[in-house]
Amino acid sequence: MNLFPRWRSHLESFCIPVGALLVALLLFGGLCALEGYNPLAVYSAIYQAAFGSWFAWQNTLLRAAPLMLSALCTVLPARLGLIVIGNEGALVLGGLLAAMTGVWWVSAPPLLGLLAMAIAGILAGGLWIMLIGALRHFRGVNETISSLLMNYLAIAFLSHMVEGPWRDPSSLNQPSTFPLPDALQLGNLPPSRIHYGLLYGLVACAIAHLLIQRTTFGFAVRTVGGNRRAARIVGLATGKLTLAICFLAGSCAGLAGMVEVAAVHGRANGALNANYGYSSILVAFVAKQNPLTVILVAILLGGILASGSLLQRALEMPDATVMVLQGLIFLVILYSESLYDRLPWFREPPQLEDEAARGMPPPVLAAATAKPPLPSGDLHR
Amino acid sequence: MTPDSLGWWGIPLAILGGLLRGSVPFLFVSLGECLTEKSGKINLGLEGSLLLGAVTGYALSYHSGSAWIGVIGAGGAGLALGAIHAWLVQQRRVNDISVGIAMMIFGGGLANYLGKPYIQPTAPQLPALHWGDWSDLPAVQSALRVSPLLLIGIAIAFTMQWFFRATRWGLIIRAVGESPTAAKAMGFSVGRTQTACIMVGAGLAGIAGAYLSLYFPGSWNENISSGQGLLAVALVIFARWNPRQCLYAALLFGGTQGLGPALQSVGVEGYYYVFNAMPYLLTLVIMVVTCSPVRSSVGAPASLGQSRPDA
Amino acid sequence: MPSPPRFPLSRRHMIRGLLAAGAFGATSQFWTACSSDSTADPEATEPTAAAATDEPLVIGILYVGPKDDYGWNQAHAEGAAGIMSLPGIKVVEEANVPETAAAAETMRSMIVQDGATVLFPTSFGYFDPHILALAEEFPEVQFLHCGTLFEEGKHPNNVGSYFGFIDEAYYVAGIAAAHASKTGQTGFVMAKPIPRIVRTLNSWMLGAQSVNPEATTQLIVTGEWSDPVKEAEAVNSMADQGIDVITCNVDNAKVVMETAEKRGIFCSGNGVNQAAVAPKGYLTGAEWDWTGVYTSYATMIQAGKTLMNGGIPHLFLGGLSDNFVKLSPYGAPVSEAAKAEAEQAKAGLIDGSLVVYTGEMKDNTGATVIPAGTEYKPGNPELEKMDWLVEGVIGEITG
Repeated sequence: MNLFPRWRSHLESFCIPVGALLVALLLFGGLCALEGYNPLAVYSAIYQAAFGSWFAWQNTLLRAAPLMLSALCTVLPARLGLIVIGNEGALVLGGLLAAMTGVWWVSAPPLLGLLAMAIAGILAGGLWIMLIGALRHFRGVNETISSLLMNYLAIAFLSHMVEGPWRDPSSLNQPSTFPLPDALQLGNLPPSRIHYGLLYGLVACAIAHLLIQRTTFGFAVRTVGGNRRAARIVGLATGKLTLAICFLAGSCAGLAGMVEVAAVHGRANGALNANYGYSSILVAFVAKQNPLTVILVAILLGGILASGSLLQRALEMPDATVMVLQGLIFLVILYSESLYDRLPWFREPPQLEDEAARGMPPPVLAAATAKPPLPSGDLHR
Repeated sequence: MTPDSLGWWGIPLAILGGLLRGSVPFLFVSLGECLTEKSGKINLGLEGSLLLGAVTGYALSYHSGSAWIGVIGAGGAGLALGAIHAWLVQQRRVNDISVGIAMMIFGGGLANYLGKPYIQPTAPQLPALHWGDWSDLPAVQSALRVSPLLLIGIAIAFTMQWFFRATRWGLIIRAVGESPTAAKAMGFSVGRTQTACIMVGAGLAGIAGAYLSLYFPGSWNENISSGQGLLAVALVIFARWNPRQCLYAALLFGGTQGLGPALQSVGVEGYYYVFNAMPYLLTLVIMVVTCSPVRSSVGAPASLGQSRPDA
Repeated sequence: MPSPPRFPLSRRHMIRGLLAAGAFGATSQFWTACSSDSTADPEATEPTAAAATDEPLVIGILYVGPKDDYGWNQAHAEGAAGIMSLPGIKVVEEANVPETAAAAETMRSMIVQDGATVLFPTSFGYFDPHILALAEEFPEVQFLHCGTLFEEGKHPNNVGSYFGFIDEAYYVAGIAAAHASKTGQTGFVMAKPIPRIVRTLNSWMLGAQSVNPEATTQLIVTGEWSDPVKEAEAVNSMADQGIDVITCNVDNAKVVMETAEKRGIFCSGNGVNQAAVAPKGYLTGAEWDWTGVYTSYATMIQAGKTLMNGGIPHLFLGGLSDNFVKLSPYGAPVSEAAKAEAEQAKAGLIDGSLVVYTGEMKDNTGATVIPAGTEYKPGNPELEKMDWLVEGVIGEITG
């Protein structure tokens, strides 16, 4: 009889994050006013720079592209109850190995060559994070600390190789590997200046969503993530699942590295280590470990970064301003999670308030009906 | 100034010096995190508290002329950030790891924003205890120059150990961390206990920041910590939530930190990236060797990181 | 004024960018260019024509780190501040721009949204691929890159490089250091062993050896542009080895100077003047002086000269003689004899009578790197490839 049941709850899951964004901007405007900047000019700059036009959208999407793939490196293990923060390391290794594959196989036909590079990136990142999963499963080494430590190792390896054995001797003041041939560089999505990495990111997020929500494998992962001990009693092979999900997670970050190399840098060097990995951890957590929500949060962060550029150029604000804005927006969004079911206006009439209200908080912007487990309780396992 | 060259004796001396100089930030942050986690909450954002503490301490020392006022101010800055974190994680369903990562960015951003005018000036530094003056060698004298904050940190480590084991408050914190529902049933306020622990923990991280900017390396700039706060948080897991082991972990990390430069100074050249990565590799290897799938959770508070349930 | 052909792509971007720019576009001449009814001839509003009209010349500057880092970026920001007050010039700046797609986006936004016609991207890593790609797309915009990477015939015509031979200042500082050192051992803290940094170390060593042929320099590489803890540990471990003068080439020399002062040894600065940090031990320092460079560029461009019309050289290099670099005022510990010798070397470098890299020169493994009878003057491309350490340097720079 009701064509659109639970519309209030859908409206709620749209209004709360958007409202949080507005509140954060209000707070930020207040801070700016205290510092003597005109808040209206600040808002106008943020909008213009991030979403005000096709030019701005391209800027935003370009910055969002590497974050999507890289965020999946945290999202997938989180569904199994693991907190992996090795994104930066997997990205860097994937990029380095992908670049070297292209360099070793210069004569490759473009499609095969790019495929080989992608596979190299996927394998490098995947095996790297799988090692973290293996240490976790077989030795009980906490995956959060091992992935953090291994980031430093991967970055040291990158620096050592591009400044030592794999260095192109003609890359004088910016030590790099040999450049990729033009045929092995990823182009842009016509008619824009956004490279194919964005498409890869969108597709990977969609696949991750289907994998987790619609397959037996995903069901097993969610079961283990919900209750590891029970899953073991039921007879799920937690070890195999851990290794598989860690491999998939790392392969996404490794592919992000390959995209950076093939679409942006054209070679591997120290610029690969650009903190995408660390930003994407935040994206994963704000997205509540939901692959589809990751897309939206990554675009939001891309927009924030893009507006940071104009805030400096047009209003001469210090470069750290955008970090404050970023922290503020994400803190308020995180706080807003606690407002679900609390605002009377969004309450459903009693008879409709069934399973939806008792479930987990609806994900940001109603992107999915997933029920992500919060992996936070895992540090002690 | 003596022309003596220590040669290879420089290595153990560098480790000792590095241990005494470099371990303090790790010690304070990991003790702060240990306290926080014992109450059942995680604060990954201590890097933000550390950075804000570093700049606050430096600025206050510069304006007041007293480095100790800077240290107190840095602790205050940490407490303030801790209060925000504590308030947020007491809300229903708010995940403490997410808040921690956001606080890390917010605190770091605030520190960089406020710190711009303090990169260039020189602020009064914390005094040191000269324990090496019996020696004629300036190298020994320098290595044995000890900051009072190190002694305070060691004292806090042992006090905290005793506090958790033998005092009523320590027991309450542990009870809250193990089972909030049981603690509540016993009449303790879970929220207030956790808030106090988070705030004090962040305050300790703030003091760690003041140590960086006011003693070693003794300067404020945006790269002053190079991730020490984040790493120290991870060291708590390594130390199995035991304050005394936090001390050992911090000493291990601080001691190996100076190894890369020291090896180069005695002629082990090349491979500096590899040597600089040694502390991380060493920690990882120790974890792999000492962990086992069976007893890896010993010492962890049972309710760690669970957000407040609905309703 | 030449009117280089426009690429259809860039034109389209400009129109889109205009829609984007809104209020910000008003400052730029693109506004008139794109509101088609008001302008008869689009070529007349060519960006390079800006100097001829009342529109200010918009200059965009990118920094890889914060503008006030007391080092590399601050030196450039001070140079930029020097031209901001000039009439007819508007400067737009962005700091902390990583060497990723973000760098290309920032340059593009400066061109399209702010109307910049001259860009100064000040980090090495911006050049390839970011500057090269954008230079193809915006042939009417001049990209002046801080470095020595431009090669005639290989790179677009609207790209140029400028750089200072700061190693000349290191040579003079090395002389002061050798005079101050009692042990004859000096130390050098290095961020990354790339040719332009290695060259400062070698010049420092050669300057010191011109006073004391037995002098040595211990090298410690930290591997990071800024890592205060490692820098401080490097100074400490060198002081432990009896080294009594230290210099560095890292992003912000403050920690190195402070630690040396705490250890009671001498130090020599880098980038900007840091005498205030080490009042007792500061000898002198090798400083950048970009104000003059940026002012000359601004004057040339306002006079209608461009890279494209050949009015501005594609490589704009200089040392002490052209005021690209300078020395900090000598500190108290520098003796009169040392000052005299340093000043003499400085005069020789300025008038060209003193050439630092003269054969026969051996590296620290004993191999001959400059044959007898050969001399490399400052602009020589051989010096740009320097991957060896001169005899007397203790260290190794492979990986």
